[in-house]
Amino acid sequence: MTTSTSAPHLVTAGRSPLLSVAGLAVEFEVDGETREAVHDVALELRRGRVLALVGESGSGKSVTAMATLGLLPATAKVRGSITLDGTELVGADPQRLRDVRGGRIGTIFQEPMTALNPVFTIGYQIAEAIRAHRDVTRSVATERVRDLLATVGLDEPDRVARSYPHELSGGQLQRAMIAMAISCDPVLLIADEPTTALDVTVQAGILELLRDLRSRLDMAILLITHDMGVVADIADDVVVLRDGRVVERTAAAELFTDPRHEYTRTLLRAVPRLPDLRLAEPEPAEPATPVPEAAGVEPAVLLRNLVVEYPGRSRGRRVRAVDDVSLHIDPGEVVGLVGESGSGKSTIGRTLAGLVPAASGTVTVTGLDIGRAAGRVFHGRELRRIRARMGIVFQDPASSLNPRRTVGTSIAEPLSLHTDLGADDRRRRVDELLEAVGLPPELRDRYPHEMSGGQRQRVAIARAVALNPALLIADEPTSALDVSVQARILELFRSVQRQFGFACLFISHDLAVVEQLADRVVVLRRGRIVEQGPAATVLRTPRHPYTSQLLAAAPVADPAQQALRRAAWRRLTSPG
Amino acid sequence: MRALRLVSGRLLSMLVTLLAISLLTYAVFYLLPADPAQLSCGRPCTPQRLADARAFMGYDESWFRQYLDFLGGLVGGRTFGSGVAAVHCAAPCFGYSFRLNESVTQLILDRIPVTFSIALGAALLWLLIGVGAGMVSAVRRGTPVDRAAMTFSTVGVSAPSYLVGLLAILLFGFTLNMVPVSGYVPLTEDPVQWLWHLVLPWCVLALLSAAVYARLTRGQMLEVLGEDYIRTARAKGLGERRVIGWHALRNVLIPIVTVFGLDLGSLLGGAVITERVFSMSGLGALLLDAVGNIDLPLIVGVTLFSAFLIILANFLVDLLYGVLDPRATR
Repeated sequence: MTTSTSAPHLVTAGRSPLLSVAGLAVEFEVDGETREAVHDVALELRRGRVLALVGESGSGKSVTAMATLGLLPATAKVRGSITLDGTELVGADPQRLRDVRGGRIGTIFQEPMTALNPVFTIGYQIAEAIRAHRDVTRSVATERVRDLLATVGLDEPDRVARSYPHELSGGQLQRAMIAMAISCDPVLLIADEPTTALDVTVQAGILELLRDLRSRLDMAILLITHDMGVVADIADDVVVLRDGRVVERTAAAELFTDPRHEYTRTLLRAVPRLPDLRLAEPEPAEPATPVPEAAGVEPAVLLRNLVVEYPGRSRGRRVRAVDDVSLHIDPGEVVGLVGESGSGKSTIGRTLAGLVPAASGTVTVTGLDIGRAAGRVFHGRELRRIRARMGIVFQDPASSLNPRRTVGTSIAEPLSLHTDLGADDRRRRVDELLEAVGLPPELRDRYPHEMSGGQRQRVAIARAVALNPALLIADEPTSALDVSVQARILELFRSVQRQFGFACLFISHDLAVVEQLADRVVVLRRGRIVEQGPAATVLRTPRHPYTSQLLAAAPVADPAQQALRRAAWRRLTSPG
Repeated sequence: MRALRLVSGRLLSMLVTLLAISLLTYAVFYLLPADPAQLSCGRPCTPQRLADARAFMGYDESWFRQYLDFLGGLVGGRTFGSGVAAVHCAAPCFGYSFRLNESVTQLILDRIPVTFSIALGAALLWLLIGVGAGMVSAVRRGTPVDRAAMTFSTVGVSAPSYLVGLLAILLFGFTLNMVPVSGYVPLTEDPVQWLWHLVLPWCVLALLSAAVYARLTRGQMLEVLGEDYIRTARAKGLGERRVIGWHALRNVLIPIVTVFGLDLGSLLGGAVITERVFSMSGLGALLLDAVGNIDLPLIVGVTLFSAFLIILANFLVDLLYGVLDPRATR
């Protein structure tokens, strides 16, 4: 443990710390057993600064923040000291804590879609926060809500105030959340993974807003994140947590240039990196130039003018999720499908798997027509024959593996469905597969809940390649994983792909991840392809303005690079 | 505009459902091996008298014609027979009980105050007790209070109402002599006696349903308390009372209102067992008597009326749902 006890670079002249945490320890009692979630955590935060609390899942970063708010469950035992402007918060009486919460400390949470109460309007919820701390009339509060919503950059504050959460987008909701958090002029803003659930272009806007508010309102921000790109973008100081302990405490600039602790170095190495961005003047050229198919080779996947529609909310109107998409994947080729939420990337994956019927266009996998098999006339046997030639890896391994079956059984399932291997042969094959994904064969008798997230995703990959598929569909296979686990899974993915030689449709919102794996990249926006081409070309010198914007918005784990990207992003998004 | 379309759409589907139910109910006439004309024809029943009775009641027509007459009666009333012997049944005519010599509508109207008094009072009581107990249980999860409430609720769910009713009469009525054990006093006649006579049936009915609602509320509440927006409500400095009693409760109520509407609707159609146990002549007792006497027009009328109440309750729940849950109006 090389925790630096003194941190001279944190001292800003003349200001005593606003928030100071010392010797913080949090224990949870679970089934009579005491488990320590946070151990001897200390940190200091001054006004006008952004302190990032960084760590992977289970590192204790959120627990530390919740302890500051006094919002830990009753089963938690908190020791140590947390002072805000000299006021002790640990063990403070409920009334004082309520005054602090929402009054002195504003909070933003990760998932704006669920963090706001679905049955109240945005305006009501913000006004409620104001009236909880200020003795103002309803009309004064309403007026203030309007101002706040305008402050956080929402275009139609009155309409937003009247809206219910389900009527707004994730980005709008997170801005509304921020408006609520700053409604009582807090001195400290706690932002718990404020952009994790958002698209990169939306994330860039939210980070920009936080940066702006920090200087305008002279607040301190305690930022909790797992994303080194976000840290590089906005943080002044960084505290790295691991298993509830502080492993490194330093200025953000130094963390990236000179990480002192081995764990920090590992963490930084694990972050997938985007190539340096060179933004040429975006050509307004023809958006979707289909790459010509290689002559003579039958493509693993061929989509021609694919259209997929979903029934809309109001009857009769259908939502076009995929609009006239044509693409092909050659045998053994990895194609990265990139886009933000609602771009139709997952729908394309599901159509390929025969889970969603195509409204028009053709879908063929290794020459077999999926569109026909999955269409109105249900051809179960044909669909099964096609499915036997593809594997699918989903985003969340915890929910895509049957919790009541051993992982060995799960891996063997496609074998018993589609092959006539005997029990012994199946078992041998399962062991081979486990070995191929870097798991000891003994794990075959484990249940999913007895494994870590990374191990489960390895199992999911083993199951997907069990039949030696011609095509593997991977839908955000690493987004639910910690960054160090993600790095190992991506490494595994590459080696498995080499070993089995399948074609792969790799769906992801993360450009850096796609860059690591894909031969070719296809960029989707609102159901249409805006750009496609070799990964190196598209991600280095994008031609379509949207791709440029997407690339500029993606934060990278390097403050200097990130500053350039941020500037580029501002240029790209500023009107005129 | 959208709300208007929603309401008119629901109204239309309600009408269609009612028609389907009326048709099904009317089938009783043809499925039951009983002939109202035969029953009221007296002895000796000559073929001529039987035919006369049939013609008088309108049973000499085809089943389709009879059904249309029935529907016509609902809308515009109808007249049975002609001349001096004619009886008129005013709209909405749910049929005519030739046995009791009274229109079914009038018979139902006579019984409504009793049944509605029992049902509404009991519903209010069980809603308060059930939701209250469920909330306390959820908030004090795992404590003796929670365990006691849930044990009590298990007993309530499994106890049959006639048993609880009879035991309550025995204990509070006869042994302790606290409340009257039977009968109904109209509210307009003597409000205090009205209340006094209803206390026991209310408690018995409420006790049983409250048990179900307590479980439902507890489960919903535990789920809602784990939601992110509850954490947000706390993080903005609201007190526990407001967090639970307003932010959480508003969301807990959404599924509860659905169940409540249906329960209340079917209870308004007659609490058959409770009415019998407490010797109150409500709709349930009316239906029971009608079945006992094979009074077909009355059976059909009361059944249809009960179905109408349930569908109406369902409709109101749908509307209320739109108010409680803004996501539902889509």
